[in-house]
Amino acid sequence: MSEELHDVRLSVNGASYDVRVPGRRLLSDALRHDLGLTGTHVGCEHGVCGACTVLLDGAPVRACLMFAVSAQGQEITTVEGLARPDGTLSNVQQAFVECHGLQCGFCTPGFLTTITAGLRANPTPTHEECREMVAGNLCRCTGYQNIVRAVERAAELGLDTPSLVPREGSSTNEETP
Amino acid sequence: MTTKLMGQGVQRVEDQRFLRGQGRYVDDVAVGPATLHAAVLRSPHAHARIVDIDVDAVLDLEGVHAVWTHDDLTGPMAEPLPLLIPHPALTHGRTQYALAKDEVNYAGEAVAFVVAEDRYVAEDALDRIRVTYDVLPPVVGIDAARAADRLVHEDVPGNVGARMEQQTGDAQAAIAKAPHRLELDLTVERSACTPMEGRGTVARWDPDLNRMQVWTSTQSSTGVRAVVAVKLELDLGQVDVITPDVGGGFGVKINHPWPEELLVPLAARALGRTVKFTEDRREHFISSAHERGQVHHVEVGFDDDGRLLGLDVAFWHDHGAYTPYGLIVPIITSTQLLGPYKPEVYRVVFESVYTNTVMVTPYRGAGRPQGCFVMERTMDAIAEYLGKDRAEVRATNFIQPDEFPYDQGLIFQDGRELEYDSGDYPASLEKIKALVGWDEFPAFQKEMAAVGRRVGIGLACYVEGTGVGPYEGAHVHIETTGKVKVATGLTTQGQGHATVFAQLVADELGVRLEDVEVVTGDTRRMPYAVGTFASRAAVMSGSAIHLAARRAKEKVLKIAAEALEASEEDLEIVDGVVSVKGSPGSSLDLGTVSVLSNPLRYAFDEASKAATQFSVGDPGKPPVPEDEEPGLEGRDFYSPERATFASGMHAVIVETDPETAEITILKYAVVHDCGKLINPMIVEGQIHGGVAQGVAGALYERMAYDENGQLQNASFMDFLMPYVTEVPDGIDIDHLETPSPLNPLGIKGAGEAGVIPSAAVFAAAIEDAERLSIPGLAITAMPISPSELFHLRQSHPSQEHTA
Ligand code: FES
Ligand code: FES
Repeated sequence: MSEELHDVRLSVNGASYDVRVPGRRLLSDALRHDLGLTGTHVGCEHGVCGACTVLLDGAPVRACLMFAVSAQGQEITTVEGLARPDGTLSNVQQAFVECHGLQCGFCTPGFLTTITAGLRANPTPTHEECREMVAGNLCRCTGYQNIVRAVERAAELGLDTPSLVPREGSSTNEETP
Repeated sequence: MTTKLMGQGVQRVEDQRFLRGQGRYVDDVAVGPATLHAAVLRSPHAHARIVDIDVDAVLDLEGVHAVWTHDDLTGPMAEPLPLLIPHPALTHGRTQYALAKDEVNYAGEAVAFVVAEDRYVAEDALDRIRVTYDVLPPVVGIDAARAADRLVHEDVPGNVGARMEQQTGDAQAAIAKAPHRLELDLTVERSACTPMEGRGTVARWDPDLNRMQVWTSTQSSTGVRAVVAVKLELDLGQVDVITPDVGGGFGVKINHPWPEELLVPLAARALGRTVKFTEDRREHFISSAHERGQVHHVEVGFDDDGRLLGLDVAFWHDHGAYTPYGLIVPIITSTQLLGPYKPEVYRVVFESVYTNTVMVTPYRGAGRPQGCFVMERTMDAIAEYLGKDRAEVRATNFIQPDEFPYDQGLIFQDGRELEYDSGDYPASLEKIKALVGWDEFPAFQKEMAAVGRRVGIGLACYVEGTGVGPYEGAHVHIETTGKVKVATGLTTQGQGHATVFAQLVADELGVRLEDVEVVTGDTRRMPYAVGTFASRAAVMSGSAIHLAARRAKEKVLKIAAEALEASEEDLEIVDGVVSVKGSPGSSLDLGTVSVLSNPLRYAFDEASKAATQFSVGDPGKPPVPEDEEPGLEGRDFYSPERATFASGMHAVIVETDPETAEITILKYAVVHDCGKLINPMIVEGQIHGGVAQGVAGALYERMAYDENGQLQNASFMDFLMPYVTEVPDGIDIDHLETPSPLNPLGIKGAGEAGVIPSAAVFAAAIEDAERLSIPGLAITAMPISPSELFHLRQSHPSQEHTA
């Protein structure tokens, strides 16, 4: 017996994608395998490592703990959507280059999305707050030293990711599947 | 004048890709509906005989393409997997089958392999396979293995896979004669590499080209290539292995082949479709590899100064159910535990034992953390016994700077003499003492004690054999655009190879960093290579790349000298332009030299037009002279006599809570000598990561097996991998550079250093913090959790009347 499929419209990084997926398809898998947006990584599939973090209407969520069907109607931002419209790196990304905030780069997308949302909520964090901001994400390579430095550096540079600025007058998308 | 890039903290060139979500890890390859996905049925039992496997219901499921069990395998695929590093002492080596035959020996062993439209369906299919097991009692832990009431493999007596002994003299006699003697029992538990990206393999069989292409997350592309060819009965030349971006390795990805690395290509060929396997986190815990589990017994004799007169160490290494990677880990422990010291007489013996648990392969540090723990605990015990300063006892035993090269009289893991190339341990000690505030600490400790706070300091020293052979190679190609393409066969898993190797090429060739592109781990570009492990990449491939760039440069100068009618000695290359020194008008860019290097019959563009047979060359001579090749390329290999020896010292100050026994890190300091630094920013990053993994191994991570051989903490929820909240907030680092005489760049290797002394340094510091309140309390087993420390306090004899 074949699985029931659902037509879903996902709005990711400002573009709309129509996909047909089973109800159990994780948002992380839909992004990666159905949309080909492989920047979002899966490190644990049980919500602990933070590698799969994407922004849902600007708020960080774990894409491995959500079904693709439940993301309909919300604006998803993945790591692919963090650079500036002209293609240059956002300040958070730039801070990672300057501070050597990544090694293998596997955890990095989750950190970038988390920090982008974190700095939006608190643009002038203290050192302690910078550490707290990344305290839900695992990295096996960097020992976190330079990631914390990158948060501080990004705060210094200021937040600049335009895709995250809430669009004036935009309300919940009520499109039917 | 171009500034030298060697030694500079150049920002990484590979970061752009990763930061934009454009990294290409294995699971990012072959995305889309054309690819089939595999899932593996794994044994739920630690030890059982397989009575029957019924797969009848599997293919009825829509979307399932195929299922394999051992019975479906033929030829070399039906034989056990290879034993990669045989050693004469490994008398009872055993390896598993790609799919279990008759018996399973750990919970997680591969039993059946399903390929379906997607991973979800493949996992559904696994549920339909019925396996009848005859469950056997498992052997879990070193004590059970040594007791040998039950055997893991019926034909391995006493569960002993190997016994190995090395000595430099009669240690027992030396100990018996020594003025003072001590005995210690020391234990380190199992942990694991646990990279954020697990294992993964994609394969595509191309019937038109008659080629197998495999992408895999490995530390040895050439190794995987060789084994895929052998097992699938293909010629080596028919197999390409490409290692794209790797999301961390730390040792676990050096083992090969994993069953899936063979089954995926097998399925791809059988089904005529691209097939992918991506491991999930639970699978990584129960079916890849662990390390560190060892129990040690030390006997030591010393004089009044604490000088080691005789050292006798016996230890037992838990290698799990199989031994595909041989004895590398215990051999390293047995040799590298000597660290920077020179005992007069040393004997070491180990037994490597089978248990019904996940097998062992090297994990960052590879046996050295255990060795360092043993030696440094011994140093601390001697200092305590003699009432001496712990740093002073260490200094008494150091190999002195004028004693290099220093031969320890043992054989190292690579089969070569354990001979240290260079170092300056007294200088390191001075640096670490200054960095951590060693001499001022006792006063601080008293001050804290006066207000009821327990603080302690620990120090640990290590030496790390890095850059082991046999060799690495490199190929440098200067394109007609002037861009330089560099290929080396070893892989990369986050160490910044694209940057450091580019720095070396830019320096040697005189080109801009941004004009150099480095490719690693692609057998199509460099089929001769060993792999990325044992802190060998910078030493081995770095040296090979340097030599290959030099060869390319020699060719550049020869061609340019002819074209510019100058002598080679008068030429220099700056920013990609070759010119006659002191006469700036007379120059050629590298792209033009590349054009001139290849005499052409056909013109494709302006550049190639300049190299056609009517444009260049002396018609009286052959267009390609004897002993020359067309093209502006250089290829070379580097193969050292023996390993280089990096070294270092760590110190930590901790605070332990008098009530809860919680352990807090107050200060962490590292002095590090990896010879000449190519890129200090990257080296420090390696140290940061190593220290975090060390903290993990010392305070948090362990493999919690129950008596049935079930791993109770096979998830990130239960396995306590440190978040930022668990690592030191700031690590003080100081470098020392004692260049290695063994390679042209004087470099050693920095990948593993950060993790080696952690268990030792934390044990020392925690003990020091506790001792003021509980004299005689000893930390002999790591990792240590707050509850373990609490119980240790409670059970200490001096506490019994107060408790
Ligand atoms: S993959 Fe989603 S939190 Fe780890
Ligand atoms: S950079 Fe490798 S896991 Fe964070």
